Amino acid sequence: MPQTLLDKVWDAHTVSELPSGQTQLFIGLHLVHEVTSPQAFQMLRELGLPVLFPERTVATVDHIIPTHTQVRPFDDEQAETMMREIERNCRDFGIRLFDRSTGHQGIVHVIGPEMGLTQPGLTIACGDSHTSTHGAFGSVAFGIGTSQVRDVLAAQCLAIDKPKLRRIEVDGTLPAGVYAKDVILHIIRTLGVKGGVGYAYEYAGAVLDRMSMEERMTVCNMSIEAGARCGYVNPDGTTFDYLRGRPMAPQGTAFDRAVTWWKSMASEVGATYDDATRLDGSTLAPVVTWGINPGQAIAVDERIPTADTFPGDDRAVAEDAYQYMDWKPGAPIAGTKIDVAFIGSCTNGRISDLREAARVAKLGKVRPHVKAIVVPGSQDVARQAESEGLDEVFRAAGFEWRLPGCSMCLAMNPDKLVGRQICASSSNRNFKGRQGSPSGRTLLMSPAMVAAAALEGAVSDVRQVLGGEGR
Amino acid sequence: MSVLVYIRQVSGRPIPLRGNDIDTDRIIPARYLKAVTFDGLGQAAFYDERFDAQGHSKGHILDDPRFQAKGSRVAVVNKNFGCGSSREHAPQALLRWGIKGLIGESFADIFFGNCVALGMPCATAGADVVAALMQAIEEDPAHDLTLDVDALRASYRGATYAIDLPAGVRKQFLEGTWDGTRVLLDAGDRIRQTAARLPYVQGFGK
Repeated sequence: MPQTLLDKVWDAHTVSELPSGQTQLFIGLHLVHEVTSPQAFQMLRELGLPVLFPERTVATVDHIIPTHTQVRPFDDEQAETMMREIERNCRDFGIRLFDRSTGHQGIVHVIGPEMGLTQPGLTIACGDSHTSTHGAFGSVAFGIGTSQVRDVLAAQCLAIDKPKLRRIEVDGTLPAGVYAKDVILHIIRTLGVKGGVGYAYEYAGAVLDRMSMEERMTVCNMSIEAGARCGYVNPDGTTFDYLRGRPMAPQGTAFDRAVTWWKSMASEVGATYDDATRLDGSTLAPVVTWGINPGQAIAVDERIPTADTFPGDDRAVAEDAYQYMDWKPGAPIAGTKIDVAFIGSCTNGRISDLREAARVAKLGKVRPHVKAIVVPGSQDVARQAESEGLDEVFRAAGFEWRLPGCSMCLAMNPDKLVGRQICASSSNRNFKGRQGSPSGRTLLMSPAMVAAAALEGAVSDVRQVLGGEGR
Repeated sequence: MSVLVYIRQVSGRPIPLRGNDIDTDRIIPARYLKAVTFDGLGQAAFYDERFDAQGHSKGHILDDPRFQAKGSRVAVVNKNFGCGSSREHAPQALLRWGIKGLIGESFADIFFGNCVALGMPCATAGADVVAALMQAIEEDPAHDLTLDVDALRASYRGATYAIDLPAGVRKQFLEGTWDGTRVLLDAGDRIRQTAARLPYVQGFGK
């Protein structure tokens, strides 16, 4: 019987059926960062256990790291304590740590792929919900909590129920000015923020086939915002080309053998899915969120929907959003004045994101009332961008060029909104208070749209800002 | 290793937390994650929903005099509770506030798994059941709500309500195997045997 990638990866990594009926699943790659791991290492110490597969465990620092300075100790004592804790834990348990001194530090979901650690056919876990990003390579990758981080450290396994599988085909061709971010925001808007609960998402179709690996990462990254703990794209030539020559990818003839195995893990024609849906990419426009969850999104030329357009259940969340965001339902989203522009995050902090944003930044100057920052996803991304002169493009336009980290996506570091500020953000969550101010407001959009908003001082249609330049 | 803890039921004064899509950033704002322990998180549960910038109460239900009680608590929630960030700090904060179990229309997958690891059952129930339960609680919150894992039944003020748990998770609670590490380590050599079968663990025969 034809199988899906999920079936094959699941079977290959099944250690046993547990008495509970759940699967004991072997984890091929465990990624660790400073925020969700200290308690797990502490529990391990209390249990007197080692890390079972330290060579399959890799750490970095991203959430709490400041993006304006390298100086240690950090001004924030709590952040400094967390840094020392992950340094000690990696030392004591024999885990490789990509900190700033290595030149490969960055957001955990940026460095895994760029180092070649993320590969097709793997199971990948990390104490971070955006672990779904790695599914872009055809891996089964998902976020876990700290007790489960302890389990993976101790046993390299998780007790877990196999999710159901929904295939999402995006057909057609994306119009100019429409990006991977718009595709996933549209999917979330269409299927809902709870549509994926209990499911993994398999993304396919002509639009996904043509996407670069970085674009696929943007799509898979936000699977969790659709409720799906993991999302993946079947591996293909684009995947293999991306991995060839990466530092931690197989080299030489081992790479050729790897490609054979990777190909064998892809979903087969005729495999069965629990659900399937199709969208037409040709009809998409740039998307902006207007509310307090990523499903509350509209095309930039639409109006903020009125409460009566929602099913009864979602009406209360819409009313909550109008109040929190201080919107008038029925008003256009374009023209909304912004205070901050943030380009970065595990969703959109890669080199291709910075290139697209720089194309826009070249066309003007950041409005004086806007604080605009660009935060590369990793030290490798930063070096590449600097070698292409993108940092100079951004600085010349009035953006700040920062050091790599999670920055203002979740504001566990000095980068935060203040008061009721409105932020045009290339990140992944517009939850209440997400960007560090309990009353701060977030509008999610593509990096190019954020750059356009920074230049115009308000939400703008990047297709118009780019004018004839198109794609 | 720790002894088995069987969870057949949890019981305590109820706390209804109305609303769909309540995310873990709301349950525990990120600034409270800057610590190397989970200590003290109970006080910070729902902080920004409960207090304004000056620290004055906004009248959130967690601070409502009618819903104050000592001992264990059972929360009742709507759809997609615990969505967003994987932070275990969210269930840790609820647990440390007193919530030992939840009944809701649906739970986000990662939040649900985190709760299992902490021995906190998240039972699901139909929208009508949750609505009726919330109404009964709000009319008179001064009774214990029981979440019976074994019987898959909640009871409040003499009425019973049908609830559900995935079979595997229910078994984990009833058999005391919800605390995962020891169960997983029981697999012993089979973990390394599984690894040995995976071509990438062997470096693709390099």
